[in-house]
Amino acid sequence: MADWVDACATDDIEEEDVIRFDHGSRTFIIVRDHEDNYYCTDGLCTHEEVHLSDGLVVEATIECPKHSSIFDCTNGEVETPPACENLHTYPTKVENGRVFVEI
Amino acid sequence: MPRDYDLLGADAKSAVANGLVTEDWYRTHLDRKTMKALMKRADQPAIWDTVVLFGSMIAFAGAAIALMPSWWSVPFWLSYGVLYGSAMDSRWHECGHGTAFKTRWMNRAVYQVACFCMIRDPHCWKFSHARHHSDTVIVGRDPEVAIMRPVVVVRMAANLVGLTDMWDGLKRMIRHTGGRILPDEADYMDPVFFAKTIRTARVWIVIYAATLAAALLLQSWIPVLLIGLPRLYGCWHMVLCGWLQHGGLADNVLDHRLNSRTVYLNPISRFIYWNMNYHVEHHMFPLVPYNKLPDLHEACKFDFPAPNTSFFDAYTEMLPALWRQRKDPDFHIRRQLPDTANPYHDGPARAAA
Ligand code: FES
Repeated sequence: MADWVDACATDDIEEEDVIRFDHGSRTFIIVRDHEDNYYCTDGLCTHEEVHLSDGLVVEATIECPKHSSIFDCTNGEVETPPACENLHTYPTKVENGRVFVEI
Repeated sequence: MPRDYDLLGADAKSAVANGLVTEDWYRTHLDRKTMKALMKRADQPAIWDTVVLFGSMIAFAGAAIALMPSWWSVPFWLSYGVLYGSAMDSRWHECGHGTAFKTRWMNRAVYQVACFCMIRDPHCWKFSHARHHSDTVIVGRDPEVAIMRPVVVVRMAANLVGLTDMWDGLKRMIRHTGGRILPDEADYMDPVFFAKTIRTARVWIVIYAATLAAALLLQSWIPVLLIGLPRLYGCWHMVLCGWLQHGGLADNVLDHRLNSRTVYLNPISRFIYWNMNYHVEHHMFPLVPYNKLPDLHEACKFDFPAPNTSFFDAYTEMLPALWRQRKDPDFHIRRQLPDTANPYHDGPARAAA
């Protein structure tokens, strides 16, 4: 059963930025886009095991810091190679200035 | 120790067994705010550089054609050639990383043109370069090692006029045209892209055949001096810069400060090479665009060995090492780190040796 987990405060993340969020043995990223929407995806790139939290957020996409594959954070879709597999995404909600993710 | 650079050879297996195929590469710590500012994309610098590049190519080619068959055309051909055979290498590189322009289609458009000029299939080389970044100068893993050991001087000299590289590019293109993907390419490339590679090669071969046909029909060198041959007569600048990237330094280590070189260059070379002279910085932080590399260099200075101060200084350091590597492939340069730096991360292979 998936649970809603309190991941961070909304202002822990700057506009168009990302933070790493570790939960149990898993690692995720929480992304804030240019319109203050929040997204949660797996934290490691699907190409190699690189933490996406060091990457670049442009609008609602994240670019992997290693080989520049771009993922759409709204649905996890990979937009440019070398990564060929999509990222898993997880529902998010904002309540009382906190970001919750369903994982 | 002898080295086997074949991606399917013995050293490829031992690299995995020795823990050299890993994410555990050393990275200088820079805070997120600094990194965000450094990674920020812009279109304007690359648009300007691209206008200057293609504008100069048209002007040089126009002058060269107008002056044919006089010898006065030669300097114009050579200038055109270096922009085609060398500047297109750096455009291939930067646009392949997707960092040159902010707008994605601009990166893609320049990348396609540059790939054609360099005879590098856009998909193959995207994956090959990704591997080069994952396993930089790891023997048997890195498909883009420019100077293999033991060093063979004749081979290096031949590449100053692009002979080995162009031959390799043509061979691959012809095989792709016939529907074949080579085993080394299959090792690093996702099969999803095989069909696109084959299609690209077929289009390119038609363009090259048309160029050749035009030269024969018109009884003129001009078509091949414009398309194809500049890859030979203009690549010397790319090769001279490219050798400096990793030449004479360590292999099989997990720290770009040990296997890559930063060199201060003159502004013309930096334009042609699009700042890839900041090579340690580029390898450590590949998302930083070319125009921000000087700033990244300043931010990382405390943790990096001192850069070479010029082409001359870098070659004075590198050439004696390469000469020695003809007979002693294990020899390499190890540069002094400043007192403020973190220690080198040699990685498991060297630590165990
Ligand atoms: S590790 Fe993310 S694109 Fe290669």
